[in-house]
Amino acid sequence: MPLSVGCTACPGRARDNKTGSWRVFRPTFKHSKCTKCGICSLICPEGCIEVGADEYYYPNLVYCKGCGLCAQECPAEDIEMEQEAK
Amino acid sequence: MRQIIEGSHAVAEAVRLSRPQVIAAYPITPQTHIVERLAEMVADGELNGEYITVESEFSALSACLGASAAGSRVYSATTSQGLALMFEVCFNVAGMRLPILMTIANRSLSAPLSIWNDQQDSISLRDSGWLQFYAEDNQEAMDLHFIAYRVMEDHRILLPAFVCFDGFILTHTYEPVDVPTQDEIDTYLPAFTPYQKLDAQNPLSFGMYATPEYYMEFRYMIDQAMQRSKDVIGKAGREFGEQFGRDYSSLVEEYRMEDAETAVVAMGSVCGTIKDSIDEMRKKGKRVGLLKIRTYRPFPIEEVKKSLQSASTVAVMDKNISLGSRGAVGLEVKDALFGSDISIYDYIVGLGGRDIRKKDVAAIVDLAEKGEGNLFYGLHEEVL
Repeated sequence: MPLSVGCTACPGRARDNKTGSWRVFRPTFKHSKCTKCGICSLICPEGCIEVGADEYYYPNLVYCKGCGLCAQECPAEDIEMEQEAK
Repeated sequence: MRQIIEGSHAVAEAVRLSRPQVIAAYPITPQTHIVERLAEMVADGELNGEYITVESEFSALSACLGASAAGSRVYSATTSQGLALMFEVCFNVAGMRLPILMTIANRSLSAPLSIWNDQQDSISLRDSGWLQFYAEDNQEAMDLHFIAYRVMEDHRILLPAFVCFDGFILTHTYEPVDVPTQDEIDTYLPAFTPYQKLDAQNPLSFGMYATPEYYMEFRYMIDQAMQRSKDVIGKAGREFGEQFGRDYSSLVEEYRMEDAETAVVAMGSVCGTIKDSIDEMRKKGKRVGLLKIRTYRPFPIEEVKKSLQSASTVAVMDKNISLGSRGAVGLEVKDALFGSDISIYDYIVGLGGRDIRKKDVAAIVDLAEKGEGNLFYGLHEEVL
């Protein structure tokens, strides 16, 4: 697709920017101490933590930049940050 | 109709005739008379546009950016410190490909504080992606506004432009100027058709970010538009000549260059002085000519090469200095003539309002012919 003159874009195009490749640390949701409070989802700056059918929360690793805010803020300390293996 | 009017008022007339829908500007010497007159025209209902008063030049050009993105024909004017404050917005305007016209009443930059003329301000925005036109007199300053709008708004170009004319030397000087009628300008300059615009029904963001995969390509696209503009300027200038009798089909102007052994290269109002000086030197048998650069961006490298190829000596007069290097026009001319046997010398002249007289032009020609150059001309050695 040719680039737009003036670098313009219609709404929603940020989804094309798959920021998951930026990640150095991956959040691992253990779902052992999780109370399903949803704070991880609210705090996520990318808005990429979604609730599943089982009411547990899951990060979308296509967009997760690995900032670690969810792990820092989780009251139950259920999320661990693990270095991505290269 | 020919009128004797001040340069700033001639520019204000050109702007009025161009029917801008939005003007945002902040007054600063020596640009003030332009925007004062425009504010008056809007207040008196002579100009049917929005005049946005702002608290700084940064806001002025930011308001222009938004108005242009919304699809309006837009105008601003500034100089020196005001242009410096617009630096960031200038790059954004070019990158978003918004055809905003801005008059630059050329003035030196602080420090030391100086309100007087040189061309350091617009030259310092050399790499920003704005077209840069330089006028020799007030008629040319006026005419270049119409041509600039035609070129910028062409969908093959979509770039902003400076029309530069020397502060005080032209802005505050009364000269006879042939002011076109509204009907004539409406024929030459049709209403602006935006290529794309901000529209709540069809949302669009301008100037999004580009990762390293795409940034270079965006810069390349701007440069390509600059290169394309050479032909578009030529065509707009030729058509202006056909309609008004003043031809601007070339990006440069030659004066007595036919058999010139020594060529002077310059931009702006000093070209008038140089022409008179050349006439005097010619009377004494010297074969001297002038190559005036009207369009500094895009730089007319082919025209410069063609015009100077049969000269043996070239003296470039630069009213600017890239500190630690040389004058900005001199560097370009040397690039254009790379590989030739022509001796090319650069002279830094007229900074901060220092007068350049006919005898100074003659002295510079003598220096160049003696092989002395690449220097600040006319320094007061006794104070150094």
